[in-house]
Amino acid sequence: MDEADRKLLKMMQDGIPLVKRPFAEVASSLGIAEDEVLQRLQRLLDEGKIRRFGASIAHRKIGVIANAMCVWNVPDERVDGVGDIIAGFDEVTHCYVRSRARDWGHNMFAMVHGRTKQECEEVADRITKAIGVHDRKILFSEREFKKTGVRIE
Amino acid sequence: MDEVDRSILNSIQDGFPLTSRPFAELGARLGLSEDEVISRIQKLKDANIIRRIAPVIDVKKLGGASTLVAMSVPLDRVDEVAGIINAYSEVSHNYLRQDKYNIWFTVSASSKSRLDQILKEIEEKTGYPYINLPTVRVFKLGVKFEV
Repeated sequence: MDEADRKLLKMMQDGIPLVKRPFAEVASSLGIAEDEVLQRLQRLLDEGKIRRFGASIAHRKIGVIANAMCVWNVPDERVDGVGDIIAGFDEVTHCYVRSRARDWGHNMFAMVHGRTKQECEEVADRITKAIGVHDRKILFSEREFKKTGVRIE
Repeated sequence: MDEVDRSILNSIQDGFPLTSRPFAELGARLGLSEDEVISRIQKLKDANIIRRIAPVIDVKKLGGASTLVAMSVPLDRVDEVAGIINAYSEVSHNYLRQDKYNIWFTVSASSKSRLDQILKEIEEKTGYPYINLPTVRVFKLGVKFEV
């Protein structure tokens, strides 16, 4: 990742223009060739520095209104197996193990999306049954204060 | 939103063609003209269904650091505190949730030291302590949402 990569990612983070040759337009504002833009993006994608290239969808606008952060307190020695089971659920978009903190012991996090809160609760119940870990909480999002992409400064 | 819109949404969330005429390529896949793909995507964007078509970066692979933070804030102060948190461009998500810890936000910074500095500043400005819950291991990272 060099300075040109950084400039390119910064330039593109708010989205490509919706024109026939979007990468040519990005290239011209950077003063480089369209081919160079495409090659750099492909390399950053191959290196995993770009996770994916594509559209971000507003879930709420397509009827996927409920967003539940489901957390379980999974014994450390069971984390591997449990994480794989949870990741296998289609309704789960993200699944992470996180550090425990002070008065927070729930270390397994899964984001569950659904059309209703009830739908999310049903998924959380199925997961809980599948993993056999019952120390669980569901934290629905009551308000979205902010949602932007991860940005480069 | 019709079936064609859905097929467009399902095909542009990942694997967007990195080619000179990406909308023409998408059109060829979906049986649409380049112009129709562009105008439908423009409408989906105007309706705020598509937020943006852009690279999604991996902060860690770029040398940065990220974490999830939870704060316990009295309900009559959540707007003010959310405003302080949101002022940092490094904050990418921020939600009110129902729990003792009610404000949950993610921070992705260019370095670990910048991340620590942001958390320290937020604690100082708001007066509320936080818990820091960095990722230890990723099992799944949603790339796509079937529409």
